[in-house]
Amino acid sequence: MAFLSYLISGISLGSIYAIIALGYTMVYGIAKMLNFAHGDVIMVGGYMAYMATTEFGWSPLPSTLFAMAVCTLLGVLIEQFAYKPLRRAPSLAVLITAIGVSYFLQNAALLLWSANPKSFTSVVPFGTLRLFDGRLIISGTAMFTIIICIVIIVGLSAIVHRTKVGKAMRAVSEDRDAAQLMGVSVNRTISTTFAIGSALAAIAGVLLSSAYPILMPTSGAMPGIKAFTAAVFGGIGSIPGAFLGGILLGIIEILGKAYISTQLSDAIVFAVLIIILLVKPTGLLGRKVLVKV
Amino acid sequence: MRRLFQEKTTRNNTVTYLMVIAAYVLMQLLLSGGHISSALQGQLVPITAYIVMAVSLNLTVGVLGELSLGHAGFMSVGAFSGVIMSFLLESQIASPGLRLLLSMIIGAIVAGIFGFLIGIPVMRLQGDYLAIVTLAFGEIIKNVMNTIYIGLDAEGLKLSMSSSAALNLVEGGKTIINGPMGAVGIKKLSTFTAGFVLILITLFIVLNLINSRAGRAIMAVRDNKIAAESLGISVWRYRMMAFITSATLAGAAGALYALNYSTVIARKFDFNTSILVLVFVVLGGMGNIRGSIIAATILTVLPEVLRAFNDIRMLAYAVILILVMLARNNARLKRLFGQIKGIFTRQQAVVNIEEGGDSLD
Amino acid sequence: MILLTEKERTRMVPVPSHSIIPERDLEQRPILEVSRLGINFGGLVAVDDFNVIVGRSEISGLIGPNGAGKTTIFNLLTKVYEPTSGAILLDGQSTEKMNTVQINKAGIARTFQNIRLFPSLSVEDNIKIGLHNQFKYDMLTGILRLPRFFSAEKHAREKVRELLSIFNMEHMAKYKAGSLPYGAQRRLEFLRALATNPKLLLLDEPAAGMNPSETEDLMKHIQKIRDQFNIAIMLIEHDMRLVMGICEGIAVINYGRIIAKGTPEEIQANPEVIEAYLGKKKDERHADRQ
Repeated sequence: MAFLSYLISGISLGSIYAIIALGYTMVYGIAKMLNFAHGDVIMVGGYMAYMATTEFGWSPLPSTLFAMAVCTLLGVLIEQFAYKPLRRAPSLAVLITAIGVSYFLQNAALLLWSANPKSFTSVVPFGTLRLFDGRLIISGTAMFTIIICIVIIVGLSAIVHRTKVGKAMRAVSEDRDAAQLMGVSVNRTISTTFAIGSALAAIAGVLLSSAYPILMPTSGAMPGIKAFTAAVFGGIGSIPGAFLGGILLGIIEILGKAYISTQLSDAIVFAVLIIILLVKPTGLLGRKVLVKV
Repeated sequence: MRRLFQEKTTRNNTVTYLMVIAAYVLMQLLLSGGHISSALQGQLVPITAYIVMAVSLNLTVGVLGELSLGHAGFMSVGAFSGVIMSFLLESQIASPGLRLLLSMIIGAIVAGIFGFLIGIPVMRLQGDYLAIVTLAFGEIIKNVMNTIYIGLDAEGLKLSMSSSAALNLVEGGKTIINGPMGAVGIKKLSTFTAGFVLILITLFIVLNLINSRAGRAIMAVRDNKIAAESLGISVWRYRMMAFITSATLAGAAGALYALNYSTVIARKFDFNTSILVLVFVVLGGMGNIRGSIIAATILTVLPEVLRAFNDIRMLAYAVILILVMLARNNARLKRLFGQIKGIFTRQQAVVNIEEGGDSLD
Repeated sequence: MILLTEKERTRMVPVPSHSIIPERDLEQRPILEVSRLGINFGGLVAVDDFNVIVGRSEISGLIGPNGAGKTTIFNLLTKVYEPTSGAILLDGQSTEKMNTVQINKAGIARTFQNIRLFPSLSVEDNIKIGLHNQFKYDMLTGILRLPRFFSAEKHAREKVRELLSIFNMEHMAKYKAGSLPYGAQRRLEFLRALATNPKLLLLDEPAAGMNPSETEDLMKHIQKIRDQFNIAIMLIEHDMRLVMGICEGIAVINYGRIIAKGTPEEIQANPEVIEAYLGKKKDERHADRQ
């Protein structure tokens, strides 16, 4: 029974990773860059929802929508000012810039909200579920997170595969120059991708803060890197891959914490990343890309 | 020898050495005159350690062209193995200078071995994936170091992964590394002069490496892997060479750094430290060794001199990273900055043909 | 009569029908023997059943429309791509287990269609990197500046001058490779490949972007280099004047297969080639002249 409850909290944590991983995977697939600052957008989302609930006294739903709006704007601004000028630059330069943006967000948050942890009030409307005479306890947050994650995955798949915007995204991902020649606005498509990814990051921020209600300027960094691991695990660029990778990574982390070592749980997650990149760098559901000489 | 000095790179390198020596002499004069605040005096050894860190990271980032985000991990490995060595030598060798030297050598060797072991998987990757894996290794080192307990008693070194009590030290034994509390009870061995000598050795190794057959191969791999392979250069071999050399020097810097304090914790060598060193490299110019030295010095001294700067220092570093990258890689911004730079510097290291006016066509 | 005896002699060659020009170098083992070479990328057959023999000091050419698979053949010969089928013998030795680096050490050097210099390094250093395996000393010798370092570097410098003098580029030694004009970059890449002391040099569109007089000059140099270094040269080129002017054997590739092989005269007379490829080109050239 203990194992089952670990499994459920693993899937719940994994759902959050999956939502974050979607942002990484879409940006990596379409803009071909590792948006290192994505994790910190989550943190900003958490703070926005926190401010909306505690300072403006808003209820959970408008607070979340507010966080999403701010993060979408932030994502688009970051893309416009930091990444767009580097469209043709070497990936080393883009990655260093992204690290700079990540650092900027963390330290700006530090100045704005100080290093003191803020305690976040959960936005989850469900209560805790008790099964088998209270031997298996499933928290409302866990259930809510899993449901939201599934809704997002289905919704995003529909956008990517059924809409015109989605078609443009797939085209840019396949061949940027060809897409441009076919009349697809590459810049607008990449901006849209950042907007969607950042809005998802805000949702992830709210859910993460609900599950782990301590909010700090560095709150987003570690989940960000782990979610990137999840994206790579599932196969970068693949939406179902992000889901699969996120869930698996969440389970690995929680089980590692429970059965191996609490202190080494991060190390275990990173070991997973290293092993995947060496054994199957394309991930579970990724495609192999041939380098043209 | 006269011939050699006609070479531009050699002249450039000589300037770097002279700059370091002059800075050292100047500091010694100021120190003996009592013009240096005690806060700044306390920063002298860390500055030298950070310079070595920056120069060694520049070998990976600037010369090899791969981003390493776990450089602090090698510093950590060097720091802790150096500290253990200094404890082991305490009763054997009377001279603190010799103890420091041997501890730094051990720190360098152990970090070099880690560089080799980590390099085997890492150097099969490239680009973003390589960077993220070095980050992962850095974090793993930090996490593992946080859970290690090492003690020394009459029976020798003892290791535990659970607690210091589990070490079962006999009477008179002491805990050297106490899990999350880090290394404790370190005898301060590092001196400014030792740091200065380490900088000179680092410069000697890195500059001579760059201007040799192996260094050219490393830069060839950076500029174009496929072309390098087609010319019979083993990409993996030279990437490893640069990475291991870089790790080794970081290990020596780690030992120097740790032996400057009475306690050192593993969390000191985290991702933030790796980024800090990266900021030195980026601001000083990737591949520019002298730039790394200057940037490391200024950015370590500045927060000490300008207290107000301390608060916004990390924010400023972030802005520096972004602006330098934009200025260097965006064609329009590059031209603008080039014009500003052109006002100050008329000379360039390598002549452009447009300026040379010599063309075959 | 002569034709007949030549045909008889052809039979002595291991795989006679595969040779680009069977009449040459029959007393000596050919430098390159390729049989049934092929590769497919996830089902798409890029090169299929490619067979050639190249003589020790032969200048040969691969021609064919864009996308025919010519560069892929170079990539297969240098193991940038691993062939799906076939065998390559370099100087009688199988290259099956070799990688790109070992192929170069064994004697194949190449240039690239889209120039791949080391742009941030000087012209001199670019060629010195080509000399990497000619003047060796280990890393520690370099760092400690032992006597071997100075002697090896001196010899390398002399060799660089010698190579640069082929194209009268000595004055450019200190220039940054990336700042050279296009033509000079192509020549530098050529010299850099030559510096690895190859037995077979593969040139991928050496005359691309050159004007007629530069091309004329390049043709002379290719022949001069072949004579001086006694090496085989295989080139991919769209400029028919160059190909027909200096190649002793030509293979025409279309859709990854050889559709014709022979001397320039034979190729020009081959109706299949004229129809598939040259006929169109000839018209174009005719139009250009008018």
